[in-house]
Amino acid sequence: MMNVLDAVFAEKKKNVLNIYCTAGFPLMESTTEVMLALQDAGADIIELGIPYSDPVADGPIIQQSNMQALQNGITLTKIFEQLTQIKNRLHIPVVLMGYINPVLQYGMENFCKDAAACGVSGIILPDLPMYEFEKYYASIFKKYKLNCIFLISPSTSKERMKKADALSGGFLYAVSSSTTTGTQNSSENKINYFKKLAAAKFKNPLLIGFGIQDKTGFEEACQYASGAIIGSAFIQHISTAKNVQKAVKEFVHTIRPIEQ
Amino acid sequence: MKMLGATVVPATSGSKTLKDATNEAIRDWINHPQNTHYIIGSVVGPHPYPDMVARLQSVISKEIKAQLKKHTGKLLPTHVIACVGGGSNAAGAFYHFIKEKKVSLVAVEAAGCGLQSGKSAATTQLGSTGVLHGSKSLLMQTADGQVVEPHSISAGLDYPGIGPLHANLFKTGRASFDSSTDDEAVKAAMNLCKKEGIIPALESAHALAQLNKMKFKKTDRVVVNLSGRGDKDLATYMKFL
Repeated sequence: MMNVLDAVFAEKKKNVLNIYCTAGFPLMESTTEVMLALQDAGADIIELGIPYSDPVADGPIIQQSNMQALQNGITLTKIFEQLTQIKNRLHIPVVLMGYINPVLQYGMENFCKDAAACGVSGIILPDLPMYEFEKYYASIFKKYKLNCIFLISPSTSKERMKKADALSGGFLYAVSSSTTTGTQNSSENKINYFKKLAAAKFKNPLLIGFGIQDKTGFEEACQYASGAIIGSAFIQHISTAKNVQKAVKEFVHTIRPIEQ
Repeated sequence: MKMLGATVVPATSGSKTLKDATNEAIRDWINHPQNTHYIIGSVVGPHPYPDMVARLQSVISKEIKAQLKKHTGKLLPTHVIACVGGGSNAAGAFYHFIKEKKVSLVAVEAAGCGLQSGKSAATTQLGSTGVLHGSKSLLMQTADGQVVEPHSISAGLDYPGIGPLHANLFKTGRASFDSSTDDEAVKAAMNLCKKEGIIPALESAHALAQLNKMKFKKTDRVVVNLSGRGDKDLATYMKFL
């Protein structure tokens, strides 16, 4: 059977919308509600963030959501429980994004085993060096049929981009500019960089993320890649919502109107 | 730092301690890679920083050797005692003696309010293997891998990890690790001030406090690394007067 992540790109070559949400945010029990609402609203992929005390790649909005979720008592064990609860109702692919330390404490093999068991398709660990992945963990990922997704940025060398592409599966994550998440990037060099990405012959479909905030940003990124990832703007939108489900749908519909 | 012409930006994220300032420095680097050269003061962070900082700080052990020869005629001390937060001054003070097995290396961590008080920064006593700021080392963390907020009266030791070099010295037993509490450090600082007229940094005072806990022979050549001045700690010291 084809990995659900590959199936998304096989079926849909353009405008793939991946929304990032933080597990256990805004409330401990929001995870399942937010994910199901994202599916209903028309998101193609969900990137579920594993909260961490020191998320160095993230800007203030996602940092805050991580802290809130940890205060709510979220743990990896709890996240896997939540994912298991909705396993039969959630049909769009889920990619887990987190930092390496909580995963190492859980144990890489246990982590991959439990992630695969609750239907996760891919893993993003921005502070996992590629050589460590190759040396220690690639075989575990393979065993549980999980894609590891690496990030590239404007400061990544051509060689390293190739390597990230070779090691990644599902898609390759292109950081839109040299920033932490949620930072609006200047468009000066951005388009040149996007063009360079579009011209590179990656084996994986490309999703552009970081600093994509709205329909305009999404559509701009989609001109050069298979789709885009939206995180901070979404987290911001649902953070103060009284009705989370409604807020999720509202947000997705601003990016992708219902009639589409 | 301002007097030296630096712009000082406070870290307002997370627990607002040294670890969060380190996070913010890394984030600033991520956001401005074209015009920023990242530097770090401690032997922590991603490779090659721990190694670079240790080599740069190694002037301390070079100086110890030179002074020791001048004052005692001997080349090696019997003991080198230094405080460890991330561990930069200890790395420098130990550096040229690591291969000299006769030299006893003593690292002193901050016990804070006591090892079992829940308010401590003694990583080797309370930590386990983990990854923070791009290096794998010993780390104070929960069972879920969330980094624990440490406590020490000295800002420089208030860090939930130690450099990978020190984790190795600890695991291999090459250095012995002990700890001093906030109170022991303050007492040692007051003592040094009275006896020698020197106000030590609170960090260094942890190493000084170690002297009371060890037994020495008359012939021992003991070096305590007084790694910093206490100017920055006057406000804290005044509370104890």
